[in-house]
Amino acid sequence: MSASDRISEVQDEAVAAIEAADDPEALERLRIQYLGRKAELPQLLRTIPQLEPAERAAIGAAGNAARGQIERALELKEADLAAGEIAADDAIDVSLPGAPSLPVGHVHLITQTRRDIEDVFLGLGFQVAEGPEVELVEYTFDALNTDVTHPSRARTDTFYIDDDTVLRVHTSPVQVRAMIAQPPPIYVIAPGRVYRPDNDATHTPQFHQVEGLAVDEGVTLADLKGTLLAFARAIFGPDRDVLLRPHFFPFTEPSVEVDVSCFNCDAGYMRDGSRCPLCKGSGWLEVLGAGMVDPNVFDYVREYGYDPDKVTGFAFGMGVERIAMLRHGVPDLRLYFDGDLRFLRQFGAR
Amino acid sequence: MEVPVSWLREYCDPALDSDQLSERLTMTGTKAERVFRWGPPSAEKYVVGRVLTADRHPNADRLKVCTVDVGDAQASTIVCGAPNVAGGQTVAVARPGAQLADGRVLEAAKLRGILSEGMILAEDELALGQDHTGTMVLADGVAPGTALGEVLPLGDDVIEFEITPNRPDCLSIYGIAREAHAATGAALAAPPWADDPLAGADGDAGGVRISVDCPDLCPRFTARVFEGVTLGPSPIWLRARLLAAGMRPISNVVDITNYAMLLTGQPLHAFDLDKVAGGRLTIRRARAGESLETLDGQTRELDPEMVVIEDGDGPTSIAAIMGGARSEVGESTTRVLLEAANWNGANIQRSALRLGLRSEASARFEKGLSPGQTAEAMAVATKLLIELAGASVLPGTIDVGGPGLPPAAIELRPQHVNELLGSDIAPSRCRGILAALEFAVDGDDERLLVTPPHFRARDVTRPVDLIEEVARIDGLDRLPATLPPRNGATGRLTHAQGLTRRLEDALGARGLSEIAGWSFTDPAILDRLRLAADDPMRNVVAIENPLSQSLSIMRPTLLSSLLDAAKLNLARGAQALQIFESASVYRAAASLADEHHGLGILLVGDSRASWRSREIACSDFYAAKALLEAVMAVAGVAFTLKREERAFLHPGRAASIHVDGTRLGIIGELHPQVAASWELPQTAVWLLNLDALAPLAPQTVTYASFGSFPALREDLAIVVAAERPAAEVIATVRAAAGPELESVELFDVFTGDQVGPGRVSLALHLEFRAGDRTLTAQEVADRRQAIAKALASNVGGELRA
Repeated sequence: MSASDRISEVQDEAVAAIEAADDPEALERLRIQYLGRKAELPQLLRTIPQLEPAERAAIGAAGNAARGQIERALELKEADLAAGEIAADDAIDVSLPGAPSLPVGHVHLITQTRRDIEDVFLGLGFQVAEGPEVELVEYTFDALNTDVTHPSRARTDTFYIDDDTVLRVHTSPVQVRAMIAQPPPIYVIAPGRVYRPDNDATHTPQFHQVEGLAVDEGVTLADLKGTLLAFARAIFGPDRDVLLRPHFFPFTEPSVEVDVSCFNCDAGYMRDGSRCPLCKGSGWLEVLGAGMVDPNVFDYVREYGYDPDKVTGFAFGMGVERIAMLRHGVPDLRLYFDGDLRFLRQFGAR
Repeated sequence: MEVPVSWLREYCDPALDSDQLSERLTMTGTKAERVFRWGPPSAEKYVVGRVLTADRHPNADRLKVCTVDVGDAQASTIVCGAPNVAGGQTVAVARPGAQLADGRVLEAAKLRGILSEGMILAEDELALGQDHTGTMVLADGVAPGTALGEVLPLGDDVIEFEITPNRPDCLSIYGIAREAHAATGAALAAPPWADDPLAGADGDAGGVRISVDCPDLCPRFTARVFEGVTLGPSPIWLRARLLAAGMRPISNVVDITNYAMLLTGQPLHAFDLDKVAGGRLTIRRARAGESLETLDGQTRELDPEMVVIEDGDGPTSIAAIMGGARSEVGESTTRVLLEAANWNGANIQRSALRLGLRSEASARFEKGLSPGQTAEAMAVATKLLIELAGASVLPGTIDVGGPGLPPAAIELRPQHVNELLGSDIAPSRCRGILAALEFAVDGDDERLLVTPPHFRARDVTRPVDLIEEVARIDGLDRLPATLPPRNGATGRLTHAQGLTRRLEDALGARGLSEIAGWSFTDPAILDRLRLAADDPMRNVVAIENPLSQSLSIMRPTLLSSLLDAAKLNLARGAQALQIFESASVYRAAASLADEHHGLGILLVGDSRASWRSREIACSDFYAAKALLEAVMAVAGVAFTLKREERAFLHPGRAASIHVDGTRLGIIGELHPQVAASWELPQTAVWLLNLDALAPLAPQTVTYASFGSFPALREDLAIVVAAERPAAEVIATVRAAAGPELESVELFDVFTGDQVGPGRVSLALHLEFRAGDRTLTAQEVADRRQAIAKALASNVGGELRA
């Protein structure tokens, strides 16, 4: 065996032994065995000056390289073993809770839902308009083509502060205020709290609406359909469809009720063939009322630039509680307002 | 409006089943709420039978064992409980396998030991009446075994429609038939009033006199007189239709008025003419203070906006709302005065509401019927009274007011239809749809002249109303889905709206839960909050018609709902609570209300920071202030607190919140008495007016250089009198430290022997930095001396070594 072969053999043997070592003591023994004063490699290196000049350079380089490799292996192994000792000594119970605890707070489900709806319409180019909750009878009813005999104005259907002042029953007066403040074109939504004297599982005396108004040259009923289709898909999922059914409201003509295809089932039926509990098997969920702004509503704000012969518009309104109820399966609207955190926290970690 | 489908099909019979028909009508604006089956689901196994023998059941006194010929070679044995069953009767029989009205399937079964092979039916079991006391005996002459459906109306589909208030014409079978015709194209039969037996016959209607003193409230009053009336039950087919439509049969005369109402939409009233004193009726406004006992035995106070009908002895009924007992038809009635009148809808609605009396008739009248409908209902009822009650009608129709002016023509540009709808509907299609709805259409394709039928005159007056008719019948499902032009539209939140979201999120991110409390509250809360008599918060907005006293004012502060929520959650087992609310609060004002958007928090209860810390997170002033600092930092404003006592806050632990000289709210711990009133331990709150904060918060942040030279840090321990506010000490330090002072942070507060009684040591961490050079230690030492001097002279403080 040549000297250079032997050097490489010793290197391989040493590196293998070092890698196999499993405690610092064994490592120290290997250091002495391979690099100690009496070890083979150092001894061999010491004999280099006696070698033939032709061999000296090659053997010397090989020997020094081998020593370097062994030293490097020892260093690495030493660091490894040390790290193992840190792990062993400082192990913790990773299953304990994080500390200090950082409680997860949240905005209310109604706030979340209202913001989701706002964001859809912001993206479509609508602005968010606001107005007072204690509102004029005039803006709540008269301006909206709701004549004095309409039952919604009765004290059984509206909270009155005095003969001229009510708690708004819808956010429509915000639309009137927006039109007085700004000539067309106008694209606004009016989210907010509204009041009606009902109190049961599906009616609370206060609730929240988002109404919308678009007035411009050439706004059509087809535009209303497209806008609400975009809304339905953003809120209830990309596969949703909308169904417009003719209806009647004093402030729009034509008026429609708008259904969104049920997201919980396939055309009314669940996978197991049972009737969908959400849409009651109809395949459609009644979500909002809408229509083309009645010319009489424009007449009320004509002096602010709303000439029914020049502009057309659509309006729509939806209940925030109902949309949250549909999306989250809330069985009783009163839960929203009780303030019981066992309810509210369920919708916190979103 | 409950519509028996077989009745509807008599006038319009599209090739659609009940479900398909209800769907189509829904899509054209006549919304079907539900479709249900009235009576037996199927006519199978229902036959005509002849009772051969009826003998007492050997084991039961009240049962009879009958042999009944049901058309088979062998008679069936049927056990029957009806007391009137007897041999020789022709009866209705359900055989084993028949589906009963309640959904059960009849089986042959032993009754007290004898096998009964079917059931002899009473009226109610076929949904043909309410009578369950006895077997329904049929006319003789029908062969046993004949399918019962050939003899009797046996079950029907019923569609319940929601009729919108603008379409009282659709509160009728014929009205729905018209819609079905327009929606499906199926032929529409001639109206049931087409052959009025009294058409054109002149006469004085037996000399009955009607006078209308208030034509504004009673635009039309028509009447006819019938003699030789025989009161009795209605025939089965009529009773079956009334029952299927949700009305109770009473007697032939009353049933006929109801039948005519259901068919035409126009209510009628039958008077016993012999009980109409003086043979005359006057329609007039009630007098102030007048009262009347109505059919239900109650005395009703009337006012001059209400209309009464009186005869020679005084008022007998409240017009259009409730008839009087005095002239009601009864068994002795032979002469009938039949009334069909038209009333002012708004007036009837008001009267019904004031009186708390709503009837089938008033519910129709209050929507505003067409005066033309009176003649239609009168014709239908006349025919039936002659056919079914043996009556003869005296010549002459009393008609006060007449049918009114014919509706005016409306100009419609077919192009306008498409402009408003975004559709592509041809002029010929517009014509076709309007004609199918009985509008008279004239003019050319550029300009249609459209005249509504009398029954749509109130509802359709403008081009846009006609466009709606075209849209709904053409089908909204055919409209494309497009987006509006959005000229000049920019969708973004205002600064204030964006700020509100950021502040809400800041509190949510710090572990607080948002609640949404009631805007209503109890006036008693004002005392519970210990408010003085002249406290501006007592200036509340009160509701005239609240749901209850405890929900009768609009909250003047978010505290009402925050405190209620805290109490509720603690009562339900919560140990600690961190909640906030972001909503409007209200104070009375000269006009409307003084409303602002409030943001408030409430902290209650103590909790350990974590399992490895003994530290307790308290719900105290400083915990609330830390959250105030957080939201103010998010808003980008610097705020100051000034001590301020509020009745509901702990007098030593309360302050008002100020930004740039504007007072924005209050912060403090609850007054112990207030906390006790809601059963709460130590509780801290703050309340902010976001409407006032928003304009003070910067909309954009402008870059400020943070300098490239190193900072020099200096810690100071300052001893001052304990009552000296830390803010004053810090302000003194800031003023004396010069422009290079970059930040001050208070990191310790210490009292004890080392600092002496009545004194406190405040530890401050200062950072100095110059924008143009590295500060020297000597410069900072000079600042320190200047600070020491200022502290000594301004706040009586001294630096500790």
